[in-house]
Amino acid sequence: MALSPVLLPRLLPPQTGYRLAGRGLWTSPHLFTVSGDSQLLPLPGQARVVICGGGIVGTSVAYHLAKLGWTDIVLLEQGRLGAGTTRLCAGIVSVAKPISIECKMANYSNTLYEQLEGETGVKTGYVKTGSLCLAQNQDRFISLKRLASRLNIYDCFFVMPEYRKLNLHIFMHFLLSLYFILFLALSHLPSLFLPCSYSGVQILERTTVQQVLVEKGHVMAVETDRGSIECEYFVNCAGQWAYELGQASEMKVSVPLHGCEHFYLLTKPLQEAVPPSTPVVIDMDGRIYARQWHGGFLSGGFEKNPKPIFTEGRNQLEIQNMQEDWDHFEPMLTSLLRRMPSLESAEIHQLVNCPESFTPDMRCLMGETPGVSGYYVLAGMNSSGLAFAGGAGKYLAEWMTYGYPTANVWPLDVKRFGNLQSSRTFLRHRVMEVMPLLYELKVPRWDFQTGRQLRTSPLYDRLDTQGARWMEKHGFERPKYFVPPGKDLLSLDQSKTFYKPDWFDIVGAEVKCCKEAVCVIDMSSFTKFELTSTGDQALELLQHLCANDLDVPVGHIIHTGMLNERGGYENDCSVVRLSKNSFFIVSPTDQQVHCWSWIKKHMPSDPHLHLEDVSWKYTALNLIGPRAMDVLAELSYVSMTPDHFPSMFCKEMSVGYANGIRVMSMTHTGEPGFMLYIPIEYALHVYNEVMSVGQKYGIRNAGYYALRSLRIEKFFAFWGQDLDAFTTPLECGREFRVKFDKDTDFLGREALLQQRQDGVTRRFVMLVLEDHDTELDLWPWWGEPIYRNGQLAGTTTSSAYSYTLERHVCLGFVSPPPGPEGLPTPITPDFINRGDYEVDIAGQRYPAKAKLYPFSSLFTQQKRRKDDLELSNLQGK
Amino acid sequence: MSGRVCTSILQRASCYTVTLSFSSSSQYVHPVVYPSSHLQHTQYCRLSTWSTSRRARSCCNLKKAGNGSQKGRKLSTRQDLDFQLSRVQINGILRSNEQTVSVPEFDGRGLNAVRKFESNQLAANTPNEDRRSAATCLQSKGMLFGVFDGHGGWACAQAVSERLLYYIAVAMMSKQSLEELERCMEHGRAVPPILQWYKHHTDFNYRDSASLYIEHLRVFWQEILDSEEHGDGMSPSDALACAFKRLDADISLEAQVPLSSDLMKSTAIQVAFAGSTACVAHIGTDGIHVANAGDCRAVLGVREKDGSWSALPLSKDHNSQNQAEVERIKAQHPPSERNTVITDDRLLGVLMPLRAFGDVRFKWSLELQQSILASLESGGDLDSLNLYQYIPPNYLTPPYLNVAPEITYHKLRPQDHFLILGSDGLWDELGNEEAVRLVGEHLSGIHIQAPVSPSEKQMKLGQMLELLLKRRARASPALDSNAATHLIRHALGTGEYGDLCQERLASMLALPEDLARMYRDDITATVVYLNSDLAKPHHN
Repeated sequence: MALSPVLLPRLLPPQTGYRLAGRGLWTSPHLFTVSGDSQLLPLPGQARVVICGGGIVGTSVAYHLAKLGWTDIVLLEQGRLGAGTTRLCAGIVSVAKPISIECKMANYSNTLYEQLEGETGVKTGYVKTGSLCLAQNQDRFISLKRLASRLNIYDCFFVMPEYRKLNLHIFMHFLLSLYFILFLALSHLPSLFLPCSYSGVQILERTTVQQVLVEKGHVMAVETDRGSIECEYFVNCAGQWAYELGQASEMKVSVPLHGCEHFYLLTKPLQEAVPPSTPVVIDMDGRIYARQWHGGFLSGGFEKNPKPIFTEGRNQLEIQNMQEDWDHFEPMLTSLLRRMPSLESAEIHQLVNCPESFTPDMRCLMGETPGVSGYYVLAGMNSSGLAFAGGAGKYLAEWMTYGYPTANVWPLDVKRFGNLQSSRTFLRHRVMEVMPLLYELKVPRWDFQTGRQLRTSPLYDRLDTQGARWMEKHGFERPKYFVPPGKDLLSLDQSKTFYKPDWFDIVGAEVKCCKEAVCVIDMSSFTKFELTSTGDQALELLQHLCANDLDVPVGHIIHTGMLNERGGYENDCSVVRLSKNSFFIVSPTDQQVHCWSWIKKHMPSDPHLHLEDVSWKYTALNLIGPRAMDVLAELSYVSMTPDHFPSMFCKEMSVGYANGIRVMSMTHTGEPGFMLYIPIEYALHVYNEVMSVGQKYGIRNAGYYALRSLRIEKFFAFWGQDLDAFTTPLECGREFRVKFDKDTDFLGREALLQQRQDGVTRRFVMLVLEDHDTELDLWPWWGEPIYRNGQLAGTTTSSAYSYTLERHVCLGFVSPPPGPEGLPTPITPDFINRGDYEVDIAGQRYPAKAKLYPFSSLFTQQKRRKDDLELSNLQGK
Repeated sequence: MSGRVCTSILQRASCYTVTLSFSSSSQYVHPVVYPSSHLQHTQYCRLSTWSTSRRARSCCNLKKAGNGSQKGRKLSTRQDLDFQLSRVQINGILRSNEQTVSVPEFDGRGLNAVRKFESNQLAANTPNEDRRSAATCLQSKGMLFGVFDGHGGWACAQAVSERLLYYIAVAMMSKQSLEELERCMEHGRAVPPILQWYKHHTDFNYRDSASLYIEHLRVFWQEILDSEEHGDGMSPSDALACAFKRLDADISLEAQVPLSSDLMKSTAIQVAFAGSTACVAHIGTDGIHVANAGDCRAVLGVREKDGSWSALPLSKDHNSQNQAEVERIKAQHPPSERNTVITDDRLLGVLMPLRAFGDVRFKWSLELQQSILASLESGGDLDSLNLYQYIPPNYLTPPYLNVAPEITYHKLRPQDHFLILGSDGLWDELGNEEAVRLVGEHLSGIHIQAPVSPSEKQMKLGQMLELLLKRRARASPALDSNAATHLIRHALGTGEYGDLCQERLASMLALPEDLARMYRDDITATVVYLNSDLAKPHHN
C-alpha cells in the first residue's frame, strides 16, 4: 500500500508481533517507530555478507540467504527500514511481465507474500484482485492478446464496449484475468521478511555505507559512517542510490540506473466505498493504472514526459520530501476521469511523488559485478520492485550460494551492461524514454531512440548516407537494412505493426542478393578477444573452457560453446587459432562484459597468459554470397575458391592496398562467403575497394534483418536469443561441437555425459508455419507458445520470414509432458516428428511443421568439407 | 438555451481566432518586422522639425487617437447584451497600442544595455491619460524610458512625456556638446539630434508649443553652460533629479508668463493645472537609474540560480501607503496640519500621488492661483479650458506638492533580465512578483507556476482537473508576442485560481466608456529587455 507519512503509525502492526517472531538479533521494538532516538546497535567488526539497503529488495536478499543457511549477515540501511521507494510504492504485484524470467520472479514473490503473511501474522492486506486491462485501439488489443496467449491464460475474456461504468470508447476491449494482478497493502513490506529470517541476520539502521573496499579484485570490507565491517560479500540493494554507491567503491562498479519521479493520486473513500476486491484497472493507452485504496482509489501512471531526478546524486532525506506536481499529473488525471467519470466527485487525499529507479532496458540489474568478485547487485526495479523483490532475492541468494541461480537470469544479469552504459547523461536520457515505454505499445523489433550513436563503426557515415536504418546493441549501431534511394519508408510511428512490416521487400531484396550475388554487412559490433601466451597456457585454458577441440592446426576456425558446470552455454563463439599460442575469439556483441569475466574467472594468474579485448581494433565486414570469393580474389590476387580457401579457415592477407586483413571463410549464416576483420584504419579503404570491385558482381549493402532471416532458415541458434546458460549443446543438436574424447576435461563435460546417458528432456526445433498468410496474419516474434497435439509443449525463442521457403520459420524449444511422477521425460525424435505442432500467435494457432534439421536444399550450393562434417554429425541420428 | 447558443457562438469564434492568429503570425517571422509594424514607426525628432511644423493644427493627432479608441468601443457595443467579445475583438483591442522595438547591440557609438523593448497601453479614461516615452540619447550615453500617469486630464502627462527626456539628455551632455548645440542654434544651423525617439503612431506632440519648449530647453542648457563645473555632463542621477525639477519649474513658469499665442497660453495653463506622475529609467551599460515621482513603478526581473524569477522594485510608490512619504509631507507643514495634510489616503483629501508634475493648485500660493485664474476669466478662456474652479481644502501652507524624484541606482548584473515600467493601473492588478514571473516566462518560454496551493487540494477531482487544464492553458505558449500586451492581458484576465479567464477579460474590455474607469485604470506597461551578457565582465 502506498502510504502517506501521516498514516504510518496507524498501520503499524502490533509490537507483540515482533517480539513473538523476533528470534534473531534484531529484537529492538523501536525498529519501526518513527521517533529517531532509539539506541543504535553496535556495528560488528566483521560479517560474511553485508547488504546495503533496507528496502523490500535488500530484506528479501537477507531472507533468502538466511533460508539457504547463511549466517553472519549484516543489513545496513542509511535511514529506516523500508523508508525509501518501498514505503511509497503503489503496492501492486503484477505477474503479467514481458519476459518469462520476470514472470517467474513475480509468481514466486506472489506465492511468497501470501505464505509469509500466514507465517508471520503481519497484516499486509494482501488481496488477489485480478485486473482489467483496457485497449483503446486494435494494436493494443493485439498486444494484450499476445500477452494472454503467452501467459497461457484461459480464464480471461474479452468484453465489448457495453461495459458502461468505465466510459469506454469504441475499439475498447478488456482482458480480465483473475490471475493477473494482486495487490498488497503494506507500508513497511520489509518487515514481512524479517520475522521469518533466521538468527543469522543483523539489521542496522541509520548506518550509511560510504564505500566498499576491494583487495585484489575481491570485496574486503565495507566502510560506513559508523566504522567499517570486514566482509566476504557485499550486496548493493541501494535502489535509487545504487549507482552512486557503485561509483563510491574503491574499484568503481557500474550500476546503470537512474531515478525518475513517479506520481500517483490517492482519493478519500468514495461515498460508496470501493470494495477491496475491485480489480486493478490498467489503461496503458491512457497511461494509467488504478486500484482500490481504503475505500477510494489509488491511481498513477507512466507519463510521456517523465521527470528524471537525482542525476547529480542526492541523499536520502530528499526522497521523503519530494514535491508533488499537480500540473505534471494533469494528463493522467484527464485520463483517469475520462475512464471513470464518476470519480469527478471524489475528494483528493494526496498526490504522492514516489521516485523509482529505471535501467537502460527496462529490466532489473542482478548478479555479481564483472570487476569485483564478491560484489553483488540487485537494483533498478523499473517500478516493479514489489513484484520482483521476492523472486529476485531468491535468485540472487542462490547465485551467491551455488555460483549461479536456478533459472536463466541473463536478461537481468548486470553483466549485460558495461561501463559504457554508466554515463550519467546517457542514463538520464535513456530513462526518460524507458519510463514511458513501460506503457507504450511495443511492436516486434522496436528500438530505443535515446542514447544512440555511442559506438559506431568507422563506416557509419558511409552506410548512413546509403540509406542504412540502424538498431543498437550494447551501445553499438548496427544496420538493420538499407532503404534504396528514392524509396520512402513510413515514419517510425506509422510503421509500428504486428503484421507485415514495411521493410519486407527491402530485406527480401537483400536476402536475394546474398543468395545470388554478394552482400556486405558491417558486423563490427561483435566482441573480439585475443588470448596469447608464451607457452601453451592459452590452449590449455581454452581447452578447459570450450567444449570443442581447440588443438587444431593454425588457421582453423572452431565454433564452440563455453559451457558451465551444468553443460549450459555461457558463451557461444568462434575461435581462430592465429598461431600456436594465440587465439582470436569472436563472441556475440552483448558478451563483451560477460565473456570477459567468464574467461577471467577461470584464468590462472599467470603473467605469461594474456587476454586482450580487441573489439575496438577491428572493423568486421561480412561478405555473404556466392560471388564473395570473386570479389576477394580480385582484390587480393589469390584464388578464393573452396579448393584453395576451404570453409572455416582464417588467413591474414592483403585486400586492396591494405595488408594484414584477417579473412575467415565463415558468415554466421550458413551461406558461403567471408568475414573480414580489418584493422580500423583500413576499414574505409577496404570497404570502398570491395564496393567498387563488387559492383560488377552486383554487390550491395545488407543489414542484420537479412542476416537474421538467413540464419534462422538455416536453423542457426544465436546465443542470448536461443541459447542460454541452461541450454546444453545436446539440447540444440550441437553434440558434434562437443569433443568428449579430447585430452582436456572441459567445463561441463560431466554434466553433458550424464545428460547423454539420461537423454535430453527438451529439444531445440525449427517450426515452419503452414497456413499462415504473410500479408494478413499476425507475424510471430518470439515467446509464442508451441502446442503439440493441442498440448502446450514449449515456447519460441526467435523467428523470421524465410524468403527462400516463403514461410515463417520459428525456432524454439519443446519438451514432452512430464512423466507420471512429475519427472521430466526424455525427448525422442519420434516426439518431434510424429506430432501435430501449432504456434499460438495472439490466441490464433497456426499449424507448423517441426524439424530437427534445416532444409538440406538450402545448402546445395555448398560442398564444403566442414559443412558436410557438421551436417553428418547432427545429434539425434 | 440561449446561454448554450451563446457559448457555441463563442466557441466558434474562438476556433476562428485560432486560424486567424496562425495566418497573422507569419508577420512575426521576419525579425525586422514587428507585430503591427505598420502602426508603429521610429521617428527622428530633430529640434529643427519643431519650428518648421509650427503651422500644423495642434492636437490633430490626438483626435485621431480618440477616434481609434472610439472604434474599439463600437466593437464592444455591438455585443452590449452580454458584455462579451470574441477573441478576435479582444486581441484587436489589446494590441492596438502595441510597440516593439529591437535595439542593435552595437549602434556605432557603443554597446547597448538594452536589447529590445515592448510597450503597450490600454485606456480606461476616454481619452487615455497615461503617456509613455522611449528614446536613445544620441549626445550622451544610454536609453531613456518613461511612463507618465496623468490626472485631471492628459495635458500635463503629454507635455512631460515629450519634454522630460530632452531635459535629462541635455543635463547629461558634455559642455562641449552643449556648446556645439548652442552654436548651431545661434547660427540657425541644423542642430545635431539629441534623442532618437521611438514613437507609436498614436503618440503625438504639442506642435504649437514646440517653439516655446525649445526656447525653455535652450535656457536650461545655457544655464548649464554658465555653471562652472559642468564639464563632462551630469551623472545620470543628477541629470534626472535636475531635469525633473527644472521641467516642473518651466511648466509652472509658462502658466504665469504672457505667451504669444492663445493656443500656447491655454496649453500652458492646462498643463500646469493638470498633473502627472513620472517614472523614468535611464539604462546604460553601467546600470539602471530610476527617477520616480508618484505612483508609477519600475520593477527589475531577476532570474535566480534555480531558474525561477524574482522581482526587484527599483522605485518606491509615492502615495499614502508609503509611510515615509507621508511623514515627509507632514514634516513640511506645521503640526496643526498633521491631520489634514493627508485625508482619506489623499493629499488634502484630493490627490492620490504625493509627488507630481504640474498640479499648481497644490504648489502655488492661493494668491497666485487666484490672480492667474482671474486673468483667464477676464480673457474668457476659463470655460474653454475646462478648469474647475476650486481650492483644495485646508490649503494653508503651500506648497504641498513637489516633483523632486526619488532616485535609485542599480548596477547591472548577469541575472538581471528585464525592467518593467508600469503605471499604477498595471500595479493595481498585478503584484511585482506576478508581473516578473509573467514576463520571465514569456521571455524564456518556460512556465513555472506557483504550485497548486493547499486550499486548492481540498477540491474534488473534477474541479482539480478543471483547474489544471486552465493552468496548462495559461502555461501554454503565450497568445501575445509582446510582453507588455501579455502583462495587460493577465492583469485584466486573471481569474480566481490565477488562471487566464477569457470571460473575465472579455467583460473587462467590453465595459462601456463611462463604466470602464470604475473597474480599471489606464494601464501602461513598458518591458525593457536588458543585455545582461554585458554585465558579465563587471561581475566578480
